[in-house]
Amino acid sequence: MANLKLAKVKKAYGSVEVLHGIDLDIRAGEFVVFVGPSGCGKSTLLRVIAGLEDITGGTLEIGGRVVNSLTPKQRGIAMVFQSYALYPHMTVYDNMAFGLTLEKGKPKSEIDAKVREAARILQIEPYLDRLPKALSGGQRQRVAIGRAITRDPQVFLFDEPLSNLDAALRVQTRIEIARLHEKMAGTTMIYVTHDQVEAMTLADRIVVLNKGHVEQVGGPMELYNSPDNLFVAKFLGSPSMNILPARIESVGAATRVVPEGGSPVDLPIAAVGTVAGGAGHLGIRPEDLSLTDEANPPFRGTVVLTESLGEVTLVYVDIGRADEPFVAKLPGEVSIPRGSQIGLTARPQSMRLFDEAGQAVRPQVRRAA
Amino acid sequence: MPYVVKRTGFYALVVFIVLFSIFPFYYAILTSLKSGTALFQVNYLPVDFSLSNYEGVLSNGVFPTNILNSVIVAVVVVAISLFLAVTAAYALSRINFAGRGLLLLTILAVSMFPQIAVLAGLFEMVRWAGVYNTLFSLIFAYMIFTLPFTVWVLTTFMRDLPIEIEEAAIVDGASPFTIVMRVFLPLMWPALVTTGLLAFIAAWNEFLFALTFVSNNSTRTVPVAIALLSGASEQEIPWGTIMAASVIVTVPLIVLVLIFQRKIISGLTAGGVKG
Ligand SMILES: Nc1ncnc2c1ncn2[C@@H]1O[C@H](COP(=O)(O)OP(=O)(O)OP(=O)(O)O)[C@@H](O)[C@H]1O
Ligand SMILES: [Mg+2]
Repeated sequence: MANLKLAKVKKAYGSVEVLHGIDLDIRAGEFVVFVGPSGCGKSTLLRVIAGLEDITGGTLEIGGRVVNSLTPKQRGIAMVFQSYALYPHMTVYDNMAFGLTLEKGKPKSEIDAKVREAARILQIEPYLDRLPKALSGGQRQRVAIGRAITRDPQVFLFDEPLSNLDAALRVQTRIEIARLHEKMAGTTMIYVTHDQVEAMTLADRIVVLNKGHVEQVGGPMELYNSPDNLFVAKFLGSPSMNILPARIESVGAATRVVPEGGSPVDLPIAAVGTVAGGAGHLGIRPEDLSLTDEANPPFRGTVVLTESLGEVTLVYVDIGRADEPFVAKLPGEVSIPRGSQIGLTARPQSMRLFDEAGQAVRPQVRRAA
Repeated sequence: MPYVVKRTGFYALVVFIVLFSIFPFYYAILTSLKSGTALFQVNYLPVDFSLSNYEGVLSNGVFPTNILNSVIVAVVVVAISLFLAVTAAYALSRINFAGRGLLLLTILAVSMFPQIAVLAGLFEMVRWAGVYNTLFSLIFAYMIFTLPFTVWVLTTFMRDLPIEIEEAAIVDGASPFTIVMRVFLPLMWPALVTTGLLAFIAAWNEFLFALTFVSNNSTRTVPVAIALLSGASEQEIPWGTIMAASVIVTVPLIVLVLIFQRKIISGLTAGGVKG
């Protein structure tokens, strides 16, 4: 039962600052996922929280206690590493018991009970006497998780724990981690990944990081449906959102926007803060597009490529914007010959408007003063 | 055809190398089993079998003591060197501090000085410390050549141990000392055994310091004791006894190597981290 509070947390290696003042509140028992492109500082932030890296600025509180200068152990955290990091010379049992044996005066029977309980939860009881080298990747990762469980951590940290597993095992282990979070309801979990599916399915809240800054924090659907800015809009969703430079034609109760390569659309947004004639960006998710036979569709172009993925078909359309194809994700198997002309449409409510700087333009919510 | 030639050539070379390295020891065994005037005949196969030389050397008052001295010195040198080297290696390989590279080079540089160059200075130190004519002087002096290579080898080895394993131990709440003792040491068996054996052999064989820092017959180590074995008269060199003594002091080394070769298993870190 511990919440985390990061206030202006900074991390620099020598003169290179990697984290530029991270502010973040994580509630006790929450499952938070850090996502972001490679090199954005996810692992660094996790290691700062763990206590494996010194904090060079700001404060970190766990459970209401400033822990900047405490060891990982004192912080009450446990961590699962991407590479498992098991002790190669110890059996599975000893790997899981190691942390507990370091606590002076802990009775053997208590340690034994904890290890067996963790082994039972993770279904690794048959392997307790084996060395790590005699286990498969998935089993090793479960031992690593088990080692973390036995210590009853307040905060559970995962750094890309599934990235070394094959696709099927990844799904299975992901579900196990979700179940584990249910079982350990009071334990706060922080999980680093660059897999969107993991982020969307596991997280109570997702933290999107970019170049050492937090771009947005929110629930998975919140981020998906109303991204704060272009970065988040493009980062979540696969394939990513189509972004068209656009001109704002008129403002009012609705906003008329002319995207590059498309016809004008009326968005049901009272776009406060934008001016008629200003520039912006229009975002349309590929899955919101559908084929249309209208004479004058919002988007029209030549099909350059189709990819059938079984349950969906991706259609890449040249709508007259040099290198950037416009992608539509159509349900089922759609056969459209390459080179044919198609029209595409989307509901205006599903489109997102961003201002020139890339910040989302949202329907004005009147706040009490 | 060339294949057969190559094969034959290869095995001929192997046989030559084996003979070349084994022969001196073989000849020593042969000689140690001879007695009387047979010593001065050249034979390449055993002709007689007499243990009198062994009896002679072992009943010669101080030689067993000399062996014990050698064992004490070599064991203590190995123990202290390995302990210091492991702890130093942890600092040198895992802790970032200013001047680390320079320190490593300095340690290596120490081993560049020929023994004879430091002999006089060391002798003064030994006298000053009051350990002249004791085994402590040898233990102390031998560190000069065992520590540089043990530190260097173990540092290199420890640097290659996966960092995540150490971090996992830190998260588990292990202190640096616990990490070294319970996590790193078991992973470093191959390096420890190799460097330990080399240090043991170096200490066991050392002659110059042993000759200089000890003057008392019963405090000497075996290399010096053997060199100073003398016969009934000044002119007579007791080859039989010398050879028997040489064989006796070689046996512990062979036994050690045979015991520990099984410990030198590669790939001990397999399975701990992905790879
Ligand atoms: N020890 C270090 N010294 C200097 N710079 C470092 C160090 N460790 C990381 N960095 C830099 O910090 C930045 C963030 O690294 P980090 O490992 O946190 O990225 P990440 O988001 O986890 O990326 P990935 O998804 O590839 O794991 C990178 O630009 C990296 O080059
Ligand atoms: Mg990372």
